[in-house]
Amino acid sequence: MKNKGPLFVVFLLFAVLLSGCSPLTVLDPKGPVAKTQSDTIMFSVFVMAGILAVVYILYIYMLTKYRATKANEDYVPPHIEGSKWLELIWTIIPVIIVIVLSVVSVRSTAAVETTPKGYENEKPLVIYASSSNWKWHFSYPEEGIETVNYVNIPTNRTVEFRLYSYGPITSFWIPQLGGQKYAMSDMVTKLRLVAEHADSYLGRNSNFNGKGYAQMEFEAQAMSPADYRKWVHDVKTTAPALTKEEFNTLLNTPFVGRKTYSSTHLSFSPPPMEGKDMSNMNMDHKTDEKDSSSSTKTDGMNMNHMDGMNMDSMNMDHTQHSNN
Amino acid sequence: MKHDTSLALEYRTEENENRILGFWLFLGAEIVLFSTLFTVFFTLSHRYGNGPTPHELFELKGVLWETFLLLTSSFTCGLAIHSMRLGLKKPMMTFFIITMLFGLGFLGVEVTEFITYVHDGATIQTSAFLSSLFTLLGTHGAHVTFGLLWGTAIMIQVKKYGIDEATANKSFIFSLYWHFLDVVWIFIFSFVYLKGLM
Amino acid sequence: MKWDEFFVTGEPMIYAADICIVLASLAIIIGLTYFKKWGYLWREWLTTVDHKKIGVMYIISALLMLFRGGVDALLMRTQLAMPNMTLLNAQHYNEIFTTHGVIMILFMAMPFIIGLMNVVVPLQIGARDVAFPRLNAVSFWLFFAGAMLFNISFVIGGSPDAGWSAYFPLASKEFSPSVGNNYYSLALQISGIGTLMTGVNFVVTILKMRAPGMTLMKMPMFTWSILITSVIIMFAFPVLTIALLLMMFDRLFGTQFFTMTNGGMDMLWANLFWVWGHPEVYIVILPAFGIYSEIISTFAKKNLYGYKSMVVSMVAISLLSFLVWAHHFYTMGMGVVGNGFFSIATMAISVPTGVKLFNWLFTLYKGRIEFTTPMLYALAFIPSFTIGGVTGVMLAIASADYQYHNTMFLVAHFHYVLIPGTVFAVIAGMHFWFPKIFGFRLNERIGKIAFWFIAISFQVAFMPLFFLGLNGMTRRMYTYSPETGFGPLNMIATIGAFGLAIGFIFLVYNIYYSFRYSPRDTTGDPWDGRSLEWATHSPVPEYNFAIIPTVDKLDAFWFAKQDKKSLFEGKKIEEIHMPNNTGGPFVLGVVFFFLGFFLVFSWWIPAIISGVVVLILLAMRSFERDHGHHIHVEEIVETEQKLRGDNA
Repeated sequence: MKNKGPLFVVFLLFAVLLSGCSPLTVLDPKGPVAKTQSDTIMFSVFVMAGILAVVYILYIYMLTKYRATKANEDYVPPHIEGSKWLELIWTIIPVIIVIVLSVVSVRSTAAVETTPKGYENEKPLVIYASSSNWKWHFSYPEEGIETVNYVNIPTNRTVEFRLYSYGPITSFWIPQLGGQKYAMSDMVTKLRLVAEHADSYLGRNSNFNGKGYAQMEFEAQAMSPADYRKWVHDVKTTAPALTKEEFNTLLNTPFVGRKTYSSTHLSFSPPPMEGKDMSNMNMDHKTDEKDSSSSTKTDGMNMNHMDGMNMDSMNMDHTQHSNN
Repeated sequence: MKHDTSLALEYRTEENENRILGFWLFLGAEIVLFSTLFTVFFTLSHRYGNGPTPHELFELKGVLWETFLLLTSSFTCGLAIHSMRLGLKKPMMTFFIITMLFGLGFLGVEVTEFITYVHDGATIQTSAFLSSLFTLLGTHGAHVTFGLLWGTAIMIQVKKYGIDEATANKSFIFSLYWHFLDVVWIFIFSFVYLKGLM
Repeated sequence: MKWDEFFVTGEPMIYAADICIVLASLAIIIGLTYFKKWGYLWREWLTTVDHKKIGVMYIISALLMLFRGGVDALLMRTQLAMPNMTLLNAQHYNEIFTTHGVIMILFMAMPFIIGLMNVVVPLQIGARDVAFPRLNAVSFWLFFAGAMLFNISFVIGGSPDAGWSAYFPLASKEFSPSVGNNYYSLALQISGIGTLMTGVNFVVTILKMRAPGMTLMKMPMFTWSILITSVIIMFAFPVLTIALLLMMFDRLFGTQFFTMTNGGMDMLWANLFWVWGHPEVYIVILPAFGIYSEIISTFAKKNLYGYKSMVVSMVAISLLSFLVWAHHFYTMGMGVVGNGFFSIATMAISVPTGVKLFNWLFTLYKGRIEFTTPMLYALAFIPSFTIGGVTGVMLAIASADYQYHNTMFLVAHFHYVLIPGTVFAVIAGMHFWFPKIFGFRLNERIGKIAFWFIAISFQVAFMPLFFLGLNGMTRRMYTYSPETGFGPLNMIATIGAFGLAIGFIFLVYNIYYSFRYSPRDTTGDPWDGRSLEWATHSPVPEYNFAIIPTVDKLDAFWFAKQDKKSLFEGKKIEEIHMPNNTGGPFVLGVVFFFLGFFLVFSWWIPAIISGVVVLILLAMRSFERDHGHHIHVEEIVETEQKLRGDNA
């Protein structure tokens, strides 16, 4: 009716806002992954705007033309069963649109799941990002350093984040560099991002995980490779080493500020079954346990249970008995 | 009430027909329920944690007894319904009693088996595999237990009122339920025990 | 357990709620006693097996739950109106968004729809009642027991706080040690069993109890939508039953299904939850499509355009709804193939949905559109739901979803689907069928004021969330800092939320006002309707139709009116067989409530006793030989004359 006009205006505003040089974080990408996603989003917005336009034009036409107040006293609406052709048209055209979007979806998903174009030749920088309570641990296995609640990365190089969690599922997200991925306790997921501008980006956990969720942010600082090397060197020379005790304390503290260490926790608290197929990972788990020394294993398990619930410790006792 | 005497007694009123269709639909939902349990079991069936594997746990003898008892009870349940259709109250009751006894025997073996597992240190808390195993078997066992109570209630009613539209309908629906539990067991036998022992 | 752990303490808001609950209960008890209404309440409502009264009870409960969930929403929106607000702390906010989600989906949308289908479906197919009237009462009381159990959690023991999706390991005992999530698993389990039985009941009702001549393809569209919905319920709810059972086992018995040790698998919960959860979305949206089909065709004065393709598209949607659950966690790392499959399946749903949309638009074509209150809701639905739909397709694109996932964009999307889709539909349906149930229409003027408040405020409340999402604001965060720049848009959204609240106040006031002042409708057909429910009197007599109508085409009642014929010709009034009222279902509901309550607190002995009582009640039912009663011809004639007498 008459007042659906404003809705249309709202929608136009929506389209204009999105397509203009917009300040919205997600549509302001600073790397190839986020760029692919932003382009995909804008493409879908335009397609959707087209569909909305068709629906709204038909809608406004029907509502203005066929109002009872406009009709003659004796006008009786005709009986119309339907129309094969029309119904076929509004089945086939959406099917075509869905096919187009499917191609876009699969291709763009493939693009963001692999190393970005132009960066294939260089080996990615691996950083393990793990969450515990309401903080993020970043371990740099190549450099042998670790940070908490901030991550420094070199620009123009693929960074492969390997994600896992010491508790509830979290989601690792730096909107301006690319979309998010879950960090879970029993597998490692991988997220490859590239920053093309030296800048500071806001990253956060985007999957609800309890009381401190709203504060679970970190800073991702992209810096030139030279600056990055210098920073790594500084950390290695000035920061303290990360001991097992220190790491346990970290895990048990709900919130900590920024921390920097000159060694990683990966040696004494390794990530869960990395890169193994989910279906047979238990078999592997079992052999892993047998191979590794028992002390490492128990420590690793303890890490998973920083809250030390009674029930779990009971289970652990129990399992140890049965092993003996 | 419509009385169409060309139909079997259990179908003879509109309400009876509705009940039988309704129960078939309910069994459809039960199939989904057990399928979900099977899916959970298959997903977790290799996650032994620090607990035992099926090879260390399962013993074929008890399982074969369970299978024999439940399958036979399903057969006698069919005979009971056959007698009911012929209007023979006494054989019907006899076959029903045999069905119940075999069902009870099945349950007895299953409970013994559970006790053995627990004695071997394999409890529902030990590992994901065992949690899903106990839950799947337990859900089936709970269905059998409920079936025994229900079947007994129906037997008492048949004894009290004879074979009429109401009791025939109830007995028939109960037989559907009992056959269904048998089918579920066949899947458990094949995909839990045999596959676990392979 | 100490008393201060048993009752939730330390929050002024909770104390206020405690006082309100006590006062309201006292008021109800005193009122019932003073007006001597206990007997009336017991005879006419608590023991009823009449589908219309059960439907009304469902709708009243749903309105109460709408109020509860709405207060949750207002608290959340107030907390988010400005940066660094301190109205709620994190824990309180977490509980509130969890209960908001659970209540709105499971204890508001579902029962509202089940209430409408209870009232309408038997009338639309020309039946005397549903197939299993007593089971229907059991369904209602189980739902009600579940709803009450869930609602007491916020004063006794603490509410669940892990989100309505209760993802593990967050919802495990390790990370959510309070009993809140026990309430979640048990309350949903109890009401879920009721819903499952409703599904079975309505499939049988619709398949077996249609009026003579009404073949499947001559059924009204709302009945079609309920048939399909009931089938989805039958296939989806057992999955929830199992998921909740495993959750309960993990939390109460220490099993290892979703734990982090001994082989537990947290994502298994997410999979099970959404295998039920996505079809659930269609369980609440397909009946809404049915309601809109009825209303649009009635007030355009035209038959529904493309009836066959409407049916086919609903069947297609119901099948696809089971194939898309994993789009709720593209970000789990399923890889390109997995995400690709679910992405395409999800987008495929937009095709049948689009077909429906165009069919509605072309039902308006060459119509004679009357802008009544129900029609206004139906017309507001089309443009708003389209936005919800197209943003759904945007979310279906996996790569882009990595950016939308868990953000306000998603929140905006599903509110754009659920509010114009489901909420507008049930409100429209309530206005539309109100005269059928109570014999008078809701006031149109107040109805329209409420409509404009709701329709406009809805846009104000949720449009900003799309932009907040794209700006990086995630859902479920209880506060944000001023530097984020989220402030202004959040303020707008909050204003919209309060506008919606004003609209709902008008809506409820309208019910009160109309009860007092609305002129009684004596025709039984106030809207010039098309389907069978308008062929009988309003309010509908206990037996629905004195004579079962005979049908030869879709909209038979409409054509009979045109041709000045009657659907009841050539048949005499005969004795009618009706089921007896019974207190059994109510008692069963009460016992289930206590069973759930005892399990929540792991009080085993009382829980076992309650379980045994349930079995005893079932056995008593089995031994009961209740053949119902007959209404004699004279009595029917008398009732009919009285109802017709009003006509004169």
